[in-house]
Amino acid sequence: MFALRRSTIATLMAAAALSACKSKPAPAPAPTPAPVAPAPRGPNADSIAAANKARADAAARAAAEEAARRNAAALAAVKATLAQIVYFDYDKDEIRDDQKATLEAKVPILTANGALRIRVAGHTDDRGSDEYNIALGQRRAASVKRYLAARGINESRVETISFGEERPVASGQTEEAWSKNRRAEFEIIGGGDSIKAPQ
Amino acid sequence: MTALRQVDRRRWLPAILALAAAWPAALAAQDTTSGVRIGLTYTAGTRPGVYVAPVTGAWADSVRAILQRDLDYGDRVTAMPLENGDPIAGPLNYPMYARLGAQAVVQASVTPGGSLHIALHDVGQAKVSNVGDFPMPPAPLTPEWRLAVHGASDEVERWITGNRGIAQSRVLFVRDKGLWIVDSDGANAKPVGIGGSTAVTALSPSWHPSGRYIAYCEMGDDGTKILLKDLQTNKTQRVSNRLGTNVTPSWSPDGSTLAFSSGEDGTDIFAVNPFTGEPAHRVTVSHGKSDTSPSYSPDGRQLAFMSDRSGHPEVYIVDADGANVDLLTSTGFGDQLYRSNPDWSPDGRRVAFQSLIGGVFQVMTINVRDRSVQALTSEGRNEDPTWAPDGRHIVFTSSRSGAKQLWVLDTETYRMRQLTRVGSARQGSWSPRLGNAK
Repeated sequence: MFALRRSTIATLMAAAALSACKSKPAPAPAPTPAPVAPAPRGPNADSIAAANKARADAAARAAAEEAARRNAAALAAVKATLAQIVYFDYDKDEIRDDQKATLEAKVPILTANGALRIRVAGHTDDRGSDEYNIALGQRRAASVKRYLAARGINESRVETISFGEERPVASGQTEEAWSKNRRAEFEIIGGGDSIKAPQ
Repeated sequence: MTALRQVDRRRWLPAILALAAAWPAALAAQDTTSGVRIGLTYTAGTRPGVYVAPVTGAWADSVRAILQRDLDYGDRVTAMPLENGDPIAGPLNYPMYARLGAQAVVQASVTPGGSLHIALHDVGQAKVSNVGDFPMPPAPLTPEWRLAVHGASDEVERWITGNRGIAQSRVLFVRDKGLWIVDSDGANAKPVGIGGSTAVTALSPSWHPSGRYIAYCEMGDDGTKILLKDLQTNKTQRVSNRLGTNVTPSWSPDGSTLAFSSGEDGTDIFAVNPFTGEPAHRVTVSHGKSDTSPSYSPDGRQLAFMSDRSGHPEVYIVDADGANVDLLTSTGFGDQLYRSNPDWSPDGRRVAFQSLIGGVFQVMTINVRDRSVQALTSEGRNEDPTWAPDGRHIVFTSSRSGAKQLWVLDTETYRMRQLTRVGSARQGSWSPRLGNAK
């Protein structure tokens, strides 16, 4: 599935926080800062000024953190969409009608992030020959790649492999288990550090 | 005067009667009134009774048990049950052995010098017909030692039947995502140190005809590749660098070429000489479908393979250069939905494969010339047949005992025996005869 390290998430959050301070358009509008009181006068002027500044700084920090949180949430949603699994019928590699929305949702993300490269892995249930199932899984991955290529995603950005029946997610000789295993999984293999949500 | 004559006859009479009751077929073959000549003229279809006498010397019981079991597993002779008694000293009581149903007696001894000395007695001619001395490695009961005893069994079988046995061989298989090896009689099953985890899974082992190399499929997080390991040097090299899937390697009979299945948009059969560094060349064109599981004919001129180009898996034959693709499994049998995993017999006459019958896989053979089909199994799920070097036995994967295990089938008598027992096992590959292996 997703090879996303903790350090990558931290980097993304830091980058999101930094970008919220720059003049680039942020994904979520920052709340307007509190009005600054006029400079106080008198014997406690310095401590009052310091308190006011501390409040203003805290408000700005809170605003930046809120922007970072929203940015991170948006990126997490982007990655979840990319990772969403596509399922197949028995012995088939065609993209089912009810799976097309899942694939379609990935297209704008891939289009918006030209450096992004993904690996599609095909899987099967365990009913057929295990040797043939590796070939069938490869066809499922190739079918996904063809679908994305028809939507304008360059083939060089999509790698295809197969695990056949060797990495099931569900065990048991039931259609429920089998249907969960007949799938294509998605993994980011390049350009994941600078990924951004499509506008 | 043999040792046996000196023994109390009352002790032997029940044994003689028990043997007489148990081996009516062998006794019938010895009925002199019908004019059948008693002797070691081996006729295919008859099974001479062979008795392995008590062995002398070190590790005698183990040697005797291995000899008897090897002859039994060869399915060409009737290996008589072992009786307690003293080793033969002096001339054999040939008439007594004839009455017991033995047409041959194997008299073995382990010499103080450490070799196995075997004399084969022809009971009908009342004389020794063959003698051999087989050097043994010094450490007893090791895999090397057992392999040497198996070699002696194979030679004894050749003396009796004209066909050398296959006891001196091993089977590679897949267990727990890694490659394992087991002796032909089921002893010494152990991992060979290839694969064994989800991150590095090893599949589809294939023995080189020399027994020196193994080709296999390695599956990792970044997909599948074909690797080749030299068992002598322990060095591993990558055979296929192609993108997408790389699976099901299979050697040509002359050992020069490795066929395999590879591709991104579907898979095709490719072939390469991995020892020369040349690039692989394409053999089949599936047009985006799946061609897998190649198996060479013994003359190396053709390949059987599995393809779903028709819409569902079937077995095809093609010339080694890719010309003349021919559907082999065209005749109406089984569910006609799924035929796969072909393996060409060493004598070239048949291709073994698996087919859905009533929704369950069974092992079958098809005659290449007249396309007649034979079902070899009926119980449980049976698949992935691989021929033994004698062209008569097949190792296959069966679920009949519960878990998937390797079983051995004799295609002439249909006798079955379970080869692996622990955990699970699949994707067996039978070695060539391992005459000089350790």
